[in-house]
Amino acid sequence: MERRWLVYPYHIWMLLFTVVPLALIFYFAFTVKGTYAFTLENIQQAASPVYLKVLWHSVWLAAVSTFACFIIGYPMAMILATCRVKYRNMLVVITIIPMWMNFLLRTYAWMTLLEKKGLINTVLSFFNIAPLQLLYTDGAVLLGMVYNFLPFMILPIYSVLMKMDRSLLEAAGDLGADAWTSFRRVTFPLSLPGVYAGMLMVFMPAVTTFVISRLLGGGQYMLIGNVIEQQFLAIGDWNFGSALSVFMMILIIISMALLSRYNKNGNGGMLL
Amino acid sequence: MKKIVKFLCVAMVCVIGAALLTGCGGEKKTAQRELKVYNWGDFIAPDVLKDFEKETGIHVIYDTFATNEDMYVKVKSGGSDYDVAVPSEYMIKRMIKEGLVEKIDTSKLSNYKEIGDQYKNLPYDPKNEYSIPYMWGTLGIIYNKKMVTEPVDSWGMLWNKKYSKQIFMLDSPRDSIGIALKYLGYSMNTVNEKELDAAANKLIEQKPLVLAYVVDEVKDKMIAGEGAMALVWSGDAMFMKEKNPDLEYAIPKEGTNLWFDSMVILKGTKHMAEAEEFLNFMTRPDIAKRNVEYIGYATPLPSVQKQLDEAVQKDIAAYPAADILKNTEVFDDLGDNLPKYDKAWTKVKVAQ
Repeated sequence: MERRWLVYPYHIWMLLFTVVPLALIFYFAFTVKGTYAFTLENIQQAASPVYLKVLWHSVWLAAVSTFACFIIGYPMAMILATCRVKYRNMLVVITIIPMWMNFLLRTYAWMTLLEKKGLINTVLSFFNIAPLQLLYTDGAVLLGMVYNFLPFMILPIYSVLMKMDRSLLEAAGDLGADAWTSFRRVTFPLSLPGVYAGMLMVFMPAVTTFVISRLLGGGQYMLIGNVIEQQFLAIGDWNFGSALSVFMMILIIISMALLSRYNKNGNGGMLL
Repeated sequence: MKKIVKFLCVAMVCVIGAALLTGCGGEKKTAQRELKVYNWGDFIAPDVLKDFEKETGIHVIYDTFATNEDMYVKVKSGGSDYDVAVPSEYMIKRMIKEGLVEKIDTSKLSNYKEIGDQYKNLPYDPKNEYSIPYMWGTLGIIYNKKMVTEPVDSWGMLWNKKYSKQIFMLDSPRDSIGIALKYLGYSMNTVNEKELDAAANKLIEQKPLVLAYVVDEVKDKMIAGEGAMALVWSGDAMFMKEKNPDLEYAIPKEGTNLWFDSMVILKGTKHMAEAEEFLNFMTRPDIAKRNVEYIGYATPLPSVQKQLDEAVQKDIAAYPAADILKNTEVFDDLGDNLPKYDKAWTKVKVAQ
């Protein structure tokens, strides 16, 4: 009882940096620029075909990169979880280390690797392969997303796999299941909470990114994050920018609701 | 665990407390004369501020911004209390309209007469009441002489299929749509939706040829020979030419954009006298020369222009001849029509 004051900083934090900004975004989204008048126009404009197309492209790219992260990340999480304790910590650190470096720097590094006179094309030219257009393509954006967000997929899956009861696998073996069957029937279903958490943690930043698409996509592919950024910084139409953000938020809430439907008993993987 | 939580709480209280205290601390130094200046990044010669402080005894607090829009948001929101800023012309017009800038009494600026008449009383500030020109320049095409063989004399070069995937465009709606409008023979300040639509379609037609829409990265890319042509501002062109002699700058015959970055005094300043001294100091020929030599854009002081290297004076990237300038347009503040450009640009960017 006497320690209740300990939660006050948390409440103040939540109020100042979550509730108030959210309220402001909703306020801007539903008012006419420069006035207090209520309007649905911003939302209607956000739902117009041009922006829906951008949104669709963003969701599509984010979904593909999430799937790619899953395909690459799951085996890596398995390796981490099953390798000898001696190496495990080192491998985990290696997985996390890139996250300690500045995100922008890592993305810039890819630019110099991918450009026409970059490292990859220089190596290719030794084998007499004509320079490929690698930078400023959809592929480059995908690569940037997968590279940057992969740890967010690996870590939740790894933490769930680590907590799994090994004796279940032994039991499966005793009952005659081979390695594949016990993975399919025991390990994978038990790791699903981690997979869902990982998918959410990759999908969210991927769908809202504007830096990766601008640097590696060369501004050729406008994602919803770029549109929102432009509204706020270049155009100065905070109301429409907020409406787009609200649209975005609804999308994220829906995807979270969908995932949590499949994740009813899974609290294990949720790191957030 | 409890200990950690307690520690974090104490740490947080300390941080917030310290932040509040430093916030108050700044107010106390009233004895010294002060001036808060807000300028573009890398837009002043080194030591100029130090010399100003030495000569006048005014302490300068100097901050920089990256885009007009960043600057505008900060000034508009209040809390920043800057005295002097250096926005571009269309932003100055907007700030005049919104009452964010003070009138300048040019009779108090002894160096005001140094500024060339052609740089005074321009559309964004018709009576030159609010702004003192600092730098100016144009928008044009930089091209690599080793890759581009034809003469670059028209915006149409940026639509030349021969250079597919070797062209960089500016990721900036007003500039990229602006040159498309110019190419089609319209004004860069049009608010006619049909004309904007035509420009957007022109840019969509160009899109397959464009390698990327960039802003600052264009410098590295063109210097490294990653592209054949790029739409750039003249000051950046000077910088690139210096780093890579294969590059050349051209201003197309259809005409282009002429832009100004000018000094303004912000509304509500408590340091009017200091601000005037600063503006006058920056307009003094010896100081203006140091700035222009360092920055590489063009100076509005004819006396300074005459003192520069002959090569620089004749370089059209820095000082286009009068007949080229005849065809130029200065960006107007579009006010409520700006979203039309955004819409057109979004249409271009989402086209496949």
